[in-house]
Amino acid sequence: MEKDSKRMTLDRRQFMQAAGAGLAATAVAGLPFAAAAQDKVELLLWAWTPDTQVQADMFTKKYPNISVKVENVGQGGPHYVKLRNAIQAGTGLPDLAQMEFNSIPSFKQLGVLADLGAAANPVKDQFIDWTWKAVSDGDKVYGIPWDSGPMGLLYRNDVFEKNKIEVPGTWDAYSEASLKLATDAPGTYMSNFGVSDAGWVAAVLWQAGWRPFHTEGTNITIKLNDDIAKKWAAYWQKLVDAKAVDTKPMWTTEWFAALDDGVHASWVTAAWAPVLMQNSMKKSVGLWRAAPMPQWTAGGTVTSNWGGSTFAAMTTTPHPEEAALFATFMGSDPEAAALWNSKQFLFPVLKSLIDDKALMGAPNAFYGGQAVNEIFVVSENQVDPSFEFAPFQDFVNQTMQDEMSASIAGSGTLGDAFDRLQDKVVAYATDQGYTVS
Amino acid sequence: MPDAVATRRRGRVYVTKSVAPYLFLLPFMALFVAFLIAPLCYAFGLSLFKTTMVAGTQFVGAANYLKVFTDPSFWDGVVLLFKFGLMQIPIMLGLALLYALILDSGRVYGRNFFRIAFFIPYAVPSVIAALLWGYLYGPSFGPFGQLAEFFHLPKPQFLLDGTILGSIANIAVWEFMGYNLIIYFAALQAIPQDLEEASSVDGATGLQYALRIKLPLIMPTVIVTIIFSIIGTLQLFSEPYLMRNLAPGIINSHYTPNFYAYTLAFTNQQYNYSAAVSFVLGGVVAVVSYVFMLLANRRAA
Repeated sequence: MEKDSKRMTLDRRQFMQAAGAGLAATAVAGLPFAAAAQDKVELLLWAWTPDTQVQADMFTKKYPNISVKVENVGQGGPHYVKLRNAIQAGTGLPDLAQMEFNSIPSFKQLGVLADLGAAANPVKDQFIDWTWKAVSDGDKVYGIPWDSGPMGLLYRNDVFEKNKIEVPGTWDAYSEASLKLATDAPGTYMSNFGVSDAGWVAAVLWQAGWRPFHTEGTNITIKLNDDIAKKWAAYWQKLVDAKAVDTKPMWTTEWFAALDDGVHASWVTAAWAPVLMQNSMKKSVGLWRAAPMPQWTAGGTVTSNWGGSTFAAMTTTPHPEEAALFATFMGSDPEAAALWNSKQFLFPVLKSLIDDKALMGAPNAFYGGQAVNEIFVVSENQVDPSFEFAPFQDFVNQTMQDEMSASIAGSGTLGDAFDRLQDKVVAYATDQGYTVS
Repeated sequence: MPDAVATRRRGRVYVTKSVAPYLFLLPFMALFVAFLIAPLCYAFGLSLFKTTMVAGTQFVGAANYLKVFTDPSFWDGVVLLFKFGLMQIPIMLGLALLYALILDSGRVYGRNFFRIAFFIPYAVPSVIAALLWGYLYGPSFGPFGQLAEFFHLPKPQFLLDGTILGSIANIAVWEFMGYNLIIYFAALQAIPQDLEEASSVDGATGLQYALRIKLPLIMPTVIVTIIFSIIGTLQLFSEPYLMRNLAPGIINSHYTPNFYAYTLAFTNQQYNYSAAVSFVLGGVVAVVSYVFMLLANRRAA
């Protein structure tokens, strides 16, 4: 944290400008906001996870003077577009919003994320370290982690057995298995190279050691096309050229069907995927298994994160204390958080839940009775916390999706796509007033 | 006294007469100003500034416009839409005209049924239409792909580089053909019956009557529909926006100018530049429509 002190001061100044100093002083942990809760307060939360209102009502039960209304304004893109529009319009923001880890820097940059530190720092130790690092800057806390997506490998046991493929522990073995499967069972692919989802690309590159951004105030380092990216691009280009991986756009019906039909024999994916698969697939019940994420060096223990989200309070809320209290409750109240995992199927961020053997060790029939969460529990503790997203991550994701999809559709190599990406992102950052190095 | 009253009354009548039309216009003008003129002025104002994430907001004058004129992402989209329009508009209007003439010929049973049937796709929101066709185009899920598989034929690929523009054009034809058909049909119905009698007395066949008499008579309507279609084409947005999920490698985030403006504003946070792009697009639409009108008028003259 020491090396970040310069950034902290700058951010604090920006933050104070945007937010006013209202939040910092009030809260005392354990006796939160006794005064504030005298009057009836209603908070508005924008969130997309199903049944979030249930937890919100649990909060109201505990703090009867604060009621919370949950509105679903869309997931992912649409959600952020609406937030941005409200920020641009200067009106219409909710009191709190669900926010993915990779969006925190962007909205922090816009000066709309309130510092929840006063309410949240007392519970900081309950959270998995990397998730806390991703939302905080020293004592300032811009969102309360809520769910996470440590990476692992899901694979089709039936396809692996039929084609005599060992579960690959390294990316080299993964590549060999891809080539072998393409030769032995044409029409079946080891995996789908999912470049149409920039989040996935960032996650697998994160594990490879790619650190494309470092922001300090208005200075930003951009290294999107470094050697790590190029090596990674060459790795996949070889498989694409050999037609040893499929290149379907992700999240389409076609893509889900390919997983269900055994056309795609594995998917390097996040901890929220097992339940998603289980809920979307009919034919492949009992055929899937989970294994650790393939490593770049044999015996390595480095993983990364894809997705997961937090609760953030907006600086515009007239009830900052109540909002901070609510966000902290949602993330850390054991009962509410347990519900996330058992009912809403989100992968937890609380150490107590990660260590809960009964919760994480439950066998799962969709995975042939394997306790898949145990794989992701190990991964959660191996996530390298040093990854930084850009303060304009949406632009990066959009451009990445454009350029990499274009290269898959035949316009140059993946390596070229990273060069184009670097140029475009540098031009954008410069245009936005950043000093780029 | 009577004189004074009369004068006053006359005066009042005079005032009322001149104010009345404006009073009647007021509701329209208020809405027109609030929802069209004011947003346009606001957008134009936006387009003269540049707001950045960390360097604040500056007045930049025409700089955003100059940037649009050299922005390949914008002009690629415009060129693409020209290609799209040259392919889609003649097919759509040609079919609409053909069906309208057939329906109007009086030789078809169930004329009302066909009229409604052709019109129904227009009542389907374009979002639904794009989703529906996206499903139909799917290589392994869609019925065309499954039919091909059943007969052991190569699967038709609707979503590749060379075919996707045609696939989108097909959706647009499906959606808007019926709408144009209804317009043509209404124009044809307005042609006086005696012209048909006169032409048959002169020995014209049904086909000659349709092509030599009816068609020239509804030409002004055709011109109007062409202009509407040009405007609609240059504003293409929802179909590529929704089909991007199916073919992200081909439909990028600046596939059409409207899509580009959307991306600039809502993903890239470049509201100012997005406003400039929208105005230039408006300019392109105006110029193309005007040029077409000139050409059409010259031919008519």
